[in-house]
Amino acid sequence: MAMMTYRDALNAALREEMERDPDVFLMGEEVAEYDGAYKVSKGLLDAFGDKRVVDSPISELGFAGLGVGAAMAGLRPVIEFMTFNFAFLAIDQVINSASKMMYMSDGQFPIPIVFRGPTGAALQLSAQHSVSCETYYVHSPGCKVVTPATPADAKGLLKAAIRDDDPVAFMEGELLYNFRGEVPEDDDYVIPLGVADLKREGSDVSIVTHGKMVHIAMQAAAKLEKDGIQADVLDLRSIRPLDVDAILASVRKTNRMVYVEEGWSFVGVGAQVAHIVQEEAFDHLDAPVLRVTQADVPMPYAKSLEALAKPTAERVVDACNKVLYR
Amino acid sequence: MAQTRTRTRGQEAASAGDPFERHGVTPERALELLREMLLFRRFEEKAEEAYAIGKIGGFCHLHIGQEGAAVGSILPLRQDDYVISAYREHTQALAKGVKPDAVMAELYGRATGASGGKGGSMHIFDKSARFMGGHGIVGGQVPLATGIAWKIKYRGEDSVVVCFMGDAAVNQGGFHEALNMAAIWELPAIYVVENNEYGMGTAFRRVSLTDMVQKASPYGIPATSVDGQDVLATYAHFRDLAATVREGGGPRFVDLRTYRFRGHSMSDPVSGTYRAKEEVEHRTKDDDPIVHLRDKLMAGDHLDQAGLEAVDAEVRSVVNAAADFADQSPAPGPEALYRHVWAHLNPNGRLCLDGRGESPWR
Repeated sequence: MAMMTYRDALNAALREEMERDPDVFLMGEEVAEYDGAYKVSKGLLDAFGDKRVVDSPISELGFAGLGVGAAMAGLRPVIEFMTFNFAFLAIDQVINSASKMMYMSDGQFPIPIVFRGPTGAALQLSAQHSVSCETYYVHSPGCKVVTPATPADAKGLLKAAIRDDDPVAFMEGELLYNFRGEVPEDDDYVIPLGVADLKREGSDVSIVTHGKMVHIAMQAAAKLEKDGIQADVLDLRSIRPLDVDAILASVRKTNRMVYVEEGWSFVGVGAQVAHIVQEEAFDHLDAPVLRVTQADVPMPYAKSLEALAKPTAERVVDACNKVLYR
Repeated sequence: MAQTRTRTRGQEAASAGDPFERHGVTPERALELLREMLLFRRFEEKAEEAYAIGKIGGFCHLHIGQEGAAVGSILPLRQDDYVISAYREHTQALAKGVKPDAVMAELYGRATGASGGKGGSMHIFDKSARFMGGHGIVGGQVPLATGIAWKIKYRGEDSVVVCFMGDAAVNQGGFHEALNMAAIWELPAIYVVENNEYGMGTAFRRVSLTDMVQKASPYGIPATSVDGQDVLATYAHFRDLAATVREGGGPRFVDLRTYRFRGHSMSDPVSGTYRAKEEVEHRTKDDDPIVHLRDKLMAGDHLDQAGLEAVDAEVRSVVNAAADFADQSPAPGPEALYRHVWAHLNPNGRLCLDGRGESPWR
């Protein structure tokens, strides 16, 4: 094990996969000479050259589509978006090309591609740089969505995503890049997609979440513990494939669930998870499923308003108390 | 009425020497081109007929009138070259080597179709023929072509990719992004606008102040214009262009001028508010690529009426056989519904979340 940042764990995953497979290349804005807008690709240009680490023009639609075409022809591109907020320009190629190609060609053209970059809010970046973009992608059959919360998960899941034969939207977090944690150094450390991780074990309430919100959930669980409440914190790690068994197991144990997500509530990930829980574990629920999400507004700039808009540990604690009827 | 090209190819042949020699196409090869064009005409007429009686559904965009563009641009290519196109692509698929049976069965929505009946008229794919689809979003295939060209260069191969689009596609942002990247990375791609003068019902001159041939100039991509109704000129043009690009000459842009004899799709009128009936009649009568080549072949004594009729009978039998094949093929069964959504079935977690319980991956 080595202590490293989330950023360096992603870098290690890219480096190892590029060493392992010459068909893997990285393309995006500022990924090469600038070492990456968030330095995730630091040093990769020197290691692999400008054929495999490629600075693109600011043309999200264009280079996303280029990646899909390269994947159709047999390569395994990793396409970096400086943030998924900029990928709205590219989403036609992700949904209409990448996610449907396999199906509409009757299996002739799998698209092994990873679209990666940060999603969600950082600090005071306001409306157009703060959207949590998971639901746009997870909605579409043919597209997998992965949301690592820790350095170890970042490494193991990125390696799995690169080796996967389907399009994967791999969603990181600006505020996670400096987060440090233990990471296995094994260059074959691959975490299979679709396996949730119980980040904390409890028996009273299930806090189910993904991505950056895992840390909010952990803070909430620590606060609840002071009140004698033991929470399960289940990190989905990938939203598609979805580890339904792990969700149901947790709910069957605690009989109460709170879903925490950074994005908006309406037709959000939590809505889908709550639906599955009521459908498949209805008799195990002792309270309605509650959700803690971003306020249903575009992200405001002012610190005062931003704090009100984002999910917080306090709101998670409140929701847990509510499902516990406390 | 729109400006039209009125000179007849018969006169041109008489006045400018032997057209086969001039374009470096032997009369034997020209006869093959004629056969392909006739096949495509008959194929599309059969599709038109099948659509009218409900055997083909959805949108169906016919290529009638544009056969010279398809034959002249694709037949000079090698088997390992790639072709990618938009949704008026039936005959381009045939030209690249997709079997008529497979294309027709796809139009009919049958399991034996090129895309297993899942794509339909707009999404014909054949990996073995390197026919990369059939794409339904205007201009969506242009960045994909750039990616295919990227792979060719990445792997150090010497094939080329030919990317077709309609004239309306050049106003999409993705077109400009894709051409810029092809230019800066010197990729082996030929971007071809099949310029039939109308994007659905909007004349190109109404949506662009600049001429088609200028569209690639901001990116430093050499551009040419060729008359797609003259299959010999088109064939020679693409033969030479493919050689240049194959040798590392970087991308090229072609304004392939042609004319659509039918409506935008089977659901659309042939003429009306956007183009005059007289214009269509005039172009159909005087600018038919098949008639032009037939006249040249006959003028040079390479073809007579009996020979023409024999070719026509032969391609009609191919088309009829394709229609029979499609008709007799089974529709995809329910087991196909969930097949090929995913290439990689992760053993853990649910990929399919409709709760219907029929999918093989839960």
